[in-house]
Amino acid sequence: MLLIIAAAIGYFVYASEQSGSSKQFHLGLDLSGGTHLVYKADISKLATTDISDSMISLRDVVENRVNQFGVSEPLVQTEQAAALSSKESAYKLIVELPGVTDAEEAARSIGATPSLEFKLVTADAMRSFQASLTEFASTSEQQAAYMELFKSTGLNGSMVARTNLEFNTTTNQPIVGLVFTNEGRDLFAKITKENIGNYLGIFLDGKDISVPVIRDAILDGKGQISGAFTIDEAKRLVRDLNYGALPVPITLISTQTIGPSLGQVAVSGGIKAGIIAFIIIAIFLIIWYRLPGFIAVIALACYIALNLAIFKIGVSPALLVIVLFFGILSMTWHKGFLFGIPISYILLMLVPGALNPVTLTATGIAAFILSIGMAVDANILIFERMKEELARGKGIWESMHEGFDRAWLSIRDSNTSSIITGIILYTFGSTAVITGFALVFVVGVVVSMFTAITASRLLLFAVAPAKTSRLTTFLISNGFIKLKTKH
Amino acid sequence: MWVIKYRKLFYTISITLVVASFVSMGIWGLKSGIDFTGGTLIEVSYPEGRPDQAEVIVKLAVIDSSASIRPSTTNEGEEEYIVRMKPIEQEEKSAVISALSLDGSSPVVEKNFSSVGPVLGAEALRKSIVSIILVILAIVLFITFAFRKVAEPVSSWKYGLVAIVTLAHNVIIPTGIFAALGHFANYEVDTLFVTALLVVLGFSVHDTIVVFDRVRENLRNKLVGKAFEEVVGTSISQTFTRSINTSFTTLIALIVLYFVGGPTTEHFALVLIIGIAAGTYSSIFIGSPLLVTIEKWGKK
Repeated sequence: MLLIIAAAIGYFVYASEQSGSSKQFHLGLDLSGGTHLVYKADISKLATTDISDSMISLRDVVENRVNQFGVSEPLVQTEQAAALSSKESAYKLIVELPGVTDAEEAARSIGATPSLEFKLVTADAMRSFQASLTEFASTSEQQAAYMELFKSTGLNGSMVARTNLEFNTTTNQPIVGLVFTNEGRDLFAKITKENIGNYLGIFLDGKDISVPVIRDAILDGKGQISGAFTIDEAKRLVRDLNYGALPVPITLISTQTIGPSLGQVAVSGGIKAGIIAFIIIAIFLIIWYRLPGFIAVIALACYIALNLAIFKIGVSPALLVIVLFFGILSMTWHKGFLFGIPISYILLMLVPGALNPVTLTATGIAAFILSIGMAVDANILIFERMKEELARGKGIWESMHEGFDRAWLSIRDSNTSSIITGIILYTFGSTAVITGFALVFVVGVVVSMFTAITASRLLLFAVAPAKTSRLTTFLISNGFIKLKTKH
Repeated sequence: MWVIKYRKLFYTISITLVVASFVSMGIWGLKSGIDFTGGTLIEVSYPEGRPDQAEVIVKLAVIDSSASIRPSTTNEGEEEYIVRMKPIEQEEKSAVISALSLDGSSPVVEKNFSSVGPVLGAEALRKSIVSIILVILAIVLFITFAFRKVAEPVSSWKYGLVAIVTLAHNVIIPTGIFAALGHFANYEVDTLFVTALLVVLGFSVHDTIVVFDRVRENLRNKLVGKAFEEVVGTSISQTFTRSINTSFTTLIALIVLYFVGGPTTEHFALVLIIGIAAGTYSSIFIGSPLLVTIEKWGKK
């Protein structure tokens, strides 16, 4: 029965790996190749209450831009006030573009979104500036003084709902039509009403592109930018403004590009390492532990199939709470509570969207291989204990019961320390390299505890001989005579 | 039990290794990776043959005079250079690539590029340090908790204390070896190295717990009348095979990973191999004998 389930899980893992399936392994950027960009968001100019909203709209805007590349499954996420970040880098934007290796082009397209600002100059100030034009020593000084005339209005690109390309009916010059959001419309109306006769400078990326005079109050929330554009420039401006000027300025602080070949080497190396490690461990187990060793190998195969299936089906942060909850119950009360974990997991599977597939990285594969080595540990603890009980003259059945029961304490205690380590690593891991490792590691340890006390146990009791004879004692006992007499 | 009997010999071996590790760290120091210091790492291959290193250095010096460059050959026989330099902006990258290709005369294929700003590097370092402290703290607390009912003749916090000593041992030795490897073979200490150390911490406490667990059980049961030294000795011999075997299977997996797992996880696997080997040694030959030593001190 158990074997059938295990085989079914194994088949699921295998079948879903065929091309076209939606349940293929989710490979991290370091395996599939691509670009990983980390931006620092400058929130110094934002009110504290606006930060989280601004970060959300920043993500949406960048997501829009990224989608223009036609990359499959891009990832855009913000990281807010993550543990231990310094103040200056507390807010980050992380962009992952699988398959894109031209990071330069990607970074330019993401970062180049213009910032659009509207600034005021009074008519008087403008007049006195023009009167004093000759007094400046150099053009740069003149330019600086000119910029100082403009006063911020608070109206900016984030209040533009939509832009479109229009043409001036008389000159046929391209112009950019603006439609403000409700908030922008009100502000624009207020500004224009109070400043008739003054100038409204339109700044793109800090550069003035047009400084029209305000002739009337504009109440309908529509405006125009008529600079000396070429059609292409106007088109680009429309596009950039539509995808949104970035609500928060960002600077690139880390770039990583991984060529696809490197990832392939890591994947094939990982698979090879996994298979070879499994075979060597299996040979060792069977030679040393004989019949129980053989059972352990089958349990290990179940473990691998189950683990791979979980990578595909996914995990969720809620699971961590569930694992801790039942873990503590099982420690303080009865180990049967551990079965709460798989039951909750199956329930979570029925909730659509509750589980996210595990993203496999090179370090995640390493963690998986490490966990194959560690998964056997619980079996070894059990079998060694069984051997001791046998040596004390107990029957095979009784020894097996004792072995499982007594070894449980050691298994529980020793795996708890690994789980604690994994959780800390996951929480404080600074990169996908580390969190990728920690996630697979924790999943591996939890699943291995479970298979040790279920799969190994059921299988061993199923094949255990009822009567004690020389042959059965040979099959169940383990090690070499020499080593036994040593201590 | 011979482990207890010759414990001074085993202490000496460990102390020698730890001192040697400190000396190695003191003399050579650790080479930190770009993820801590900030910087750029570029790996390029030359399908049409690798140009002379000196020429490339001259070209690169225009952008960063302290750039270091090192030849490498992949398993597939591709000739590569691995360049390490200051953090660069996206705009500077094309200049770097063209310098590496000697202005296009030796075409390059960019295989890996990573640039980490100093802010992010400092953050990674801070996070790593906090993780190490937290893991050690959590493990000691856990051991103290798990052994809370064992008061005689060695109180439970002393089990925690002994665990710290063995944990420090298990972390110092691989770090010392990496300081030496950094000097002789350019091995770097990065976030992945710290991750490996933390796994070593979590895993090696595994073995220590198995032995302590048995000491606890034996203290509760029939061995009450016997001397503490004897109880620990019996516990070690009862758990000896399993300690070796559990580490052995894990080491098999890691050694295979080291040889066939590919370059990304090679150094990572090495740290784990050294650390877990040290961990197994310390849990059998250092941890439990130390309990006996402490108990003897308590009597004096």
